[in-house]
Amino acid sequence: MSVHPTLPRDTGRAGQDLNTQALRADARRESLRLLALLSPSLFLVFAIIIVPIGWLFWLSLFDEAGALSAANYARFFEQASYIKTFVTTFRVAFIVTGACVLLGYPLAYMLSQLPRRAASICLIFVILPFWTSVLVRTYAWLVILQRKGLINSWLIDLGVISEPLPLANNLSGVVIGMTHILLPFLVLPLYASMKTIDTDCLRAGMNLGAGPVATFRQIFFPLSLPGLASGVVIVFVLCLGFFVTPALMGGGKVIMWAMRMEQTTSLYSNWGAGAALGVVLLVVTLALLGLFQWLLGARATGVWSSR
Amino acid sequence: MSIAPSALPISMRRIEKRFGSVAVLRDLNLDVAAGEFLTLLGPSGSGKTTLLMILAGFVRANAGSIKVGGDEIITTPPHRRNIGMVFQNYALFPHMNVFHNIAFPLKQRGVGAAETAERVEKALDLVKLKGLGERRVDQLSGGQRQRVALARAIVFEPRIVLMDEPLSALDKGLREHMQIELRALHRRLGMMTTVYVTHDQREAITMSDRIAVMNAGRIEQLDRPETLYATPRTRFVAGFIGESNFIPVECRNGSVWYEDQRIHTAAPSPAPGQHLMVVRPEKLRLLTDAEPASGVNVLNATLSDIIYQGDSFVCYAVLRDGRQLTLRDYCRSDVLARMPAPGRPVTLGLDAQDTILVAAD
Repeated sequence: MSVHPTLPRDTGRAGQDLNTQALRADARRESLRLLALLSPSLFLVFAIIIVPIGWLFWLSLFDEAGALSAANYARFFEQASYIKTFVTTFRVAFIVTGACVLLGYPLAYMLSQLPRRAASICLIFVILPFWTSVLVRTYAWLVILQRKGLINSWLIDLGVISEPLPLANNLSGVVIGMTHILLPFLVLPLYASMKTIDTDCLRAGMNLGAGPVATFRQIFFPLSLPGLASGVVIVFVLCLGFFVTPALMGGGKVIMWAMRMEQTTSLYSNWGAGAALGVVLLVVTLALLGLFQWLLGARATGVWSSR
Repeated sequence: MSIAPSALPISMRRIEKRFGSVAVLRDLNLDVAAGEFLTLLGPSGSGKTTLLMILAGFVRANAGSIKVGGDEIITTPPHRRNIGMVFQNYALFPHMNVFHNIAFPLKQRGVGAAETAERVEKALDLVKLKGLGERRVDQLSGGQRQRVALARAIVFEPRIVLMDEPLSALDKGLREHMQIELRALHRRLGMMTTVYVTHDQREAITMSDRIAVMNAGRIEQLDRPETLYATPRTRFVAGFIGESNFIPVECRNGSVWYEDQRIHTAAPSPAPGQHLMVVRPEKLRLLTDAEPASGVNVLNATLSDIIYQGDSFVCYAVLRDGRQLTLRDYCRSDVLARMPAPGRPVTLGLDAQDTILVAAD
């Protein structure tokens, strides 16, 4: 009986087990080696993310006297200034996100339609501001927008206005500065998703009788929505925790969540209250991310494709 | 009001297309008869897809005229041409289900909901996808996507349908099945003038009423498949359609010569000068000594190899001047048994009516 002439007939019986043990040990060694490579970053994540967040949460549970209490959280519902800050934060986030969409969508669309060479040159101009510090860019906007800044002096010189426009040190200054800084975060994912839209799909739309506008509305726009959604999520979440630009451009009139945190900890040294602010911001952000994820998931599983 | 739709002829005149300094189509003229299934066949870069894109309106020609049923359409935007198209990668809308994909052209034309549902059902039935309307596109197999693309291209009853290598992404078995089915569908619908693009000569021969063989931006030959195969007019066509061996021959004093051997041809002798004899592998026969050789061109060669391919076998033989000939025959036991061993001399016969001459280039 020699079905496999190349295979010694007695292997497997002689305790060698066709190297099962050795192969298993080899696999174990390989995964250990991979784990060893991962361990520095795992340690870092634990040390600078997990531990501080846990500590923050722990701090938020104690009042100024050091007693365990829910006072830090109760304050959110009792003090009008907290509620106002909360509302302002979301208001700014909505306006900035909206402005980014209005400016970023046409920009990403144009980039996606340009020839490859021209598109990469234009992309450099989108990415360039990333390499400049947020602080520098914010001060630059202050120079441009303030009462005696570039825009106001030009407009007055040209006789368009007689009084300087209130562009800085208020909500509009905050919105302009933040939109500028956050725009690439919307444009880049949107551009990437627009590039993946099959041009033949658009051609098919035209071929089947849809004019340019109908093709855009019924085919291009729906297909660009996932990219738009991820851009919107990134911008919105970044807005919620933004500090430098509103602090400098708001002129003390626009108090956002992160500024409130800074005041609470460094001005009033109330670490418990500051920690509670941080925890709430984190929870709200995670909830929003979850909501977006759920909405996108619902889309992907065909809610939109039903009749 | 119901007017029975009738197919429309297409008339292309002096189409020119350049990309920069590269001429893709040069002075191209082509007439497609009403209801005809015409295939543009050629290697990549021959301009066949560009011509189709110009027909669909996605690519603008530099010059020329396209008339559909007498109306000039060369400047008509694609969405007003009323031409159905099946794309190579299907180009189904990924955010719509099968029903909405097929209903799309009807929606653009303002067809009511009830009629849309009815026509989509009919189209789904026609491509054998009944009951799959609610499926998402990514839940379909390649063959099913192909059928949806087809249904979408014909549901609005266009008089002209364009197909850009629609079967190239399918595996061999399915592709051959779909060729037959597309052909049958074209016959059944009757009112569709079809322009089909492929680089697969077998597919073109299987499906087409006529084939336009394209090379370097020109139509080399436009004929029915059997004419194209039996009497190719150029070396390119002979080489592109079917397998061919080429043997240089010379025409002098009204007869054709291969070295010092006279070649019999059924067609009248061509102009004096150098020509190529086209030898199709399946037209060559192995001659036995007893066989009479009148009207048969006899070629003496040495058998170099026999390759068994299941249903058929291929023999390679080398002529005295070192040129290789290929012979193909079916594996009937008597034929295989008669084959001599490699290295032995063989006598090959080619009937005069199978002897094709093309100009040497």
